[in-house]
Amino acid sequence: MNVNETKLSVSGHESFPSLSIELWQHRHVLDLDDFSCDEVNLVFEIADAMSEVISRDVKKVPTLRGKTIATMFFEPSTRTRSSFELAAKYLSADTVSLDSIKSSVAKGESLIDSLRTLQALGVDTIVMRHPCSGAPYIAAQNLETSIINAGDGCHAHPSQGLLDMYTLRRHLGDLNGRKVVIVGDITHSRVAGSNIWATKALGVKLTLCAPPTLLPHGLHAMLKKCSLDHVTVEHDLDVAIRDADAVMPLRLQKERQQSGLISSIREYIQLYQLTPQRLSLAKPGAIVMHPGPMNEGIEISHEVAYSSQSLIEEQVTNGVAVRMALLYLITGGKIR
Amino acid sequence: MPEKVLLNSADIERALVRVAHEIVERNKGASNVVFVGIKTRGVPLAQRLAKIILDMEKVDAPVGSLDITLYRDDVSSLSFKHVVQQSNVPFDISNRHVILVDDVFYTGRSIRAALDALMDLGRAETIQLAVLIDRGHRELPIRADFVGKNIPTARNEEIKVYISEVDDVDKVTVMKPGDGGGDERE
Amino acid sequence: MSPDLLIKNAHIIDPGQDIDTTGDILVSQGKIKSIGKDVKETGIPIIDASGLIACPGFVDVHCHLREPGFEAKETIESGTAAAAHGGFTTVCCMPNTNPPLDNLASIDYVNNTAARKGVIRVLPVGCITKGRAGKEMTEMMEMANAGCVGFSDDGSPVTNSRVMSLAMEYAASLNTLIIDHCEDTELSRDGQINDGWVAARLGLKGIPAAAEESMVARDIALARMTGTRLHITHVSTAGSVELIRNAKKEGIHITADATPHHLTLTEEAVLKNIAKNGISLAYDTNAKVNPPLRSQSDIEALIRALNDGTIDAIATDHAPHSTEDKLCELDTAAFGISGFETAFGVLMTLVNTGKIQLTTLLACLTHKPAGIIGEKYGVTATLRESSSADIVLLDLNKIWKVNARSFYSKGKNTPFNGIDLKGSVAATIFQGNFAYRDSMLEVTG
Repeated sequence: MNVNETKLSVSGHESFPSLSIELWQHRHVLDLDDFSCDEVNLVFEIADAMSEVISRDVKKVPTLRGKTIATMFFEPSTRTRSSFELAAKYLSADTVSLDSIKSSVAKGESLIDSLRTLQALGVDTIVMRHPCSGAPYIAAQNLETSIINAGDGCHAHPSQGLLDMYTLRRHLGDLNGRKVVIVGDITHSRVAGSNIWATKALGVKLTLCAPPTLLPHGLHAMLKKCSLDHVTVEHDLDVAIRDADAVMPLRLQKERQQSGLISSIREYIQLYQLTPQRLSLAKPGAIVMHPGPMNEGIEISHEVAYSSQSLIEEQVTNGVAVRMALLYLITGGKIR
Repeated sequence: MPEKVLLNSADIERALVRVAHEIVERNKGASNVVFVGIKTRGVPLAQRLAKIILDMEKVDAPVGSLDITLYRDDVSSLSFKHVVQQSNVPFDISNRHVILVDDVFYTGRSIRAALDALMDLGRAETIQLAVLIDRGHRELPIRADFVGKNIPTARNEEIKVYISEVDDVDKVTVMKPGDGGGDERE
Repeated sequence: MSPDLLIKNAHIIDPGQDIDTTGDILVSQGKIKSIGKDVKETGIPIIDASGLIACPGFVDVHCHLREPGFEAKETIESGTAAAAHGGFTTVCCMPNTNPPLDNLASIDYVNNTAARKGVIRVLPVGCITKGRAGKEMTEMMEMANAGCVGFSDDGSPVTNSRVMSLAMEYAASLNTLIIDHCEDTELSRDGQINDGWVAARLGLKGIPAAAEESMVARDIALARMTGTRLHITHVSTAGSVELIRNAKKEGIHITADATPHHLTLTEEAVLKNIAKNGISLAYDTNAKVNPPLRSQSDIEALIRALNDGTIDAIATDHAPHSTEDKLCELDTAAFGISGFETAFGVLMTLVNTGKIQLTTLLACLTHKPAGIIGEKYGVTATLRESSSADIVLLDLNKIWKVNARSFYSKGKNTPFNGIDLKGSVAATIFQGNFAYRDSMLEVTG
């Protein structure tokens, strides 16, 4: 706890609500494609308040007392799941977690049946991760309970996109016109998927950098069709990284070599690893982020990962604050 | 009926000066006093009280701001959510006399929430409540220690406090129902 | 013995004989007795078909009746009822059943069940390889003699080119048909929808056009080598159309069909149909089909190919599935569309928007697919005197809303649910009997 006795000057800046809560119209958080700039900023404003709560000795507020939040993870995850569960607990919600990989799915229960059971148990919000793209959408269409997507297949990971931008904003202020580079396995990255929309909402220029085999074939057509003209695609990291305000390498899974998508990890390291030399091509002091878990020595060098430019640990802390904000907005009170 | 002015700028200033004196008197000086204003208008009022005490006692009492949204008793209910704002109490309240400041004292529910919030921030020596206006109609067993002005009201009347730091003018008004105007807070 | 029937004042269109006239059709003993104006006949049932079109019953060279093995999805009984509801009097059912139709006994089973429970003609397609495993040829000669209309490992293409060429040599000697589902399964592995912008948008693995086209090219080369009759089914890409067009020019015995859904829907259909509760994106499993729905330029190429004859026929690839097979994640959802009952209405959108002529459409549903099958099964799909009285009555002006729940098929999986269509089937007559009759159509006498 900060015990420095500072006094707010009488004329000092005190923030008053700049955004109306009525902006918030989401029953679910499935992706960021339907988030406006104001909505993202509303999440950030509330996340600021949540950050203050997290910084206390007693990290608990009674806000969601009596609400139940279920985490339902159909694939292994420790970070995102603990982050959501802590966020729920800090807000005094009850949490129930279903280890769906072992239980229902193994018995052949369908996704919808598993979710309907949770709904019948009176859960208020379901935080869901699933290996199939779109699974939370199927859930949202068939359930009344609010769904928060904690990662679906190769599609979206909205809370990660928000926490990435939140972390950047805390360091860079207004993000309009800033340049972010995401490098790595774009095809299989739901983090990239959600950041495409988060950067669009905030006016950030985004460069996706990957070997051609790790980019979806339809990417260019999609960018055009969805008017995502803030995104550029580049194969050469040394070119992509120029003037970047932030660089985010993605985890490279070793299976990609086995499935032939890259010729070797060795070659990938040579071409795409974020090293101090490569980072020096970005703007001075450029920020390094990583959605985790890291493969140190593959997509990111040890020196970069633990350099003063790295905000990788802060991303984890901010993740809890952003998820508290989302849980508050989704679970606290009802819209309409 | 138009908005009727109950207190003007000078009235507010006189009330605050009197409250500041009472605070100093009650706490035998101001050396162990800290102020926490409830957002939004409690914050500038707390800052003004601290300024008066600084001029009077040459003691610079710290001022924090408290957003009580996370502690409200209506978050989970069907009523509308509020934007949560950051609280900023950048000092330890443990073993201090905390003067909680708000503009209008009405049902007592905001103060209840603020007390819970303060409890989470540390163990204060005492918590004392200073309000600019007490309009009655308590729903909880809570009382104010320092009151700028008691204004008996009907429930359907609306008291509005304007503070220049927020509203560009200092005044307190009352409106009968149907007069239009904004929501009453608390 | 079916009662005799007189269809009065119908607009008779028989593309096989270039007939387009108004008149009466007299049916007797399951066969067409005469066609003409003012046929007088008393004491038999009469339909006043004023305002309706009478044309030969539709022929579908590609459908799935799911029996034996997948009776929860469809049976021969429910499937033929659905086909009749869609205007079909002859359907060729694919052998990817359980067990697959890879021997004489299973072909006999389908033929016997169809004779007992079916309301229209069912012609089974046999497997090219045993167990559809792509390794050993089935006993094609014996199965052909038992009434197998052609051979296909539909859904599981024969990837081994040597096995395929041997099967084609056999088929050539039997003068039977090889029907191939063209897909390079390495290129399409894990693919869910077309490998285009929608796949990128939804984070789904795509199925590239080349997965189909490379296999079409191989099949053409093998057909050239073996001289077999090759039928490329459910053509979905512009590239495939071009390969087939050139092969035809070269004189290779090749025919092709396209489906109503590939002729009318793009990959974007997956995104449509569901947008409630403020959910911005849909993953409509009912639009998941193999080959996948492609792009607008592919649709245009397919329509051009229908008009210039490169594509000979329209086949439904009716692929019914149970609710559980579709009410799930898109990745795990079954491929396929329940197509019999929407086929004609959907295809009429092409006529109603001037993209194809009505006679072209009807030709692609009648004598042209019948020609692919060959005459030995008695399917002429023309209204000649003494031919089987397989007739469909069509109401081109009726506007109706697709309601999957009212399908005769057990498969309610359709991406067309809820849309309005103009043009419907009023009655389907098979061998002189009503296989389907709209409740509004009156029969007097």
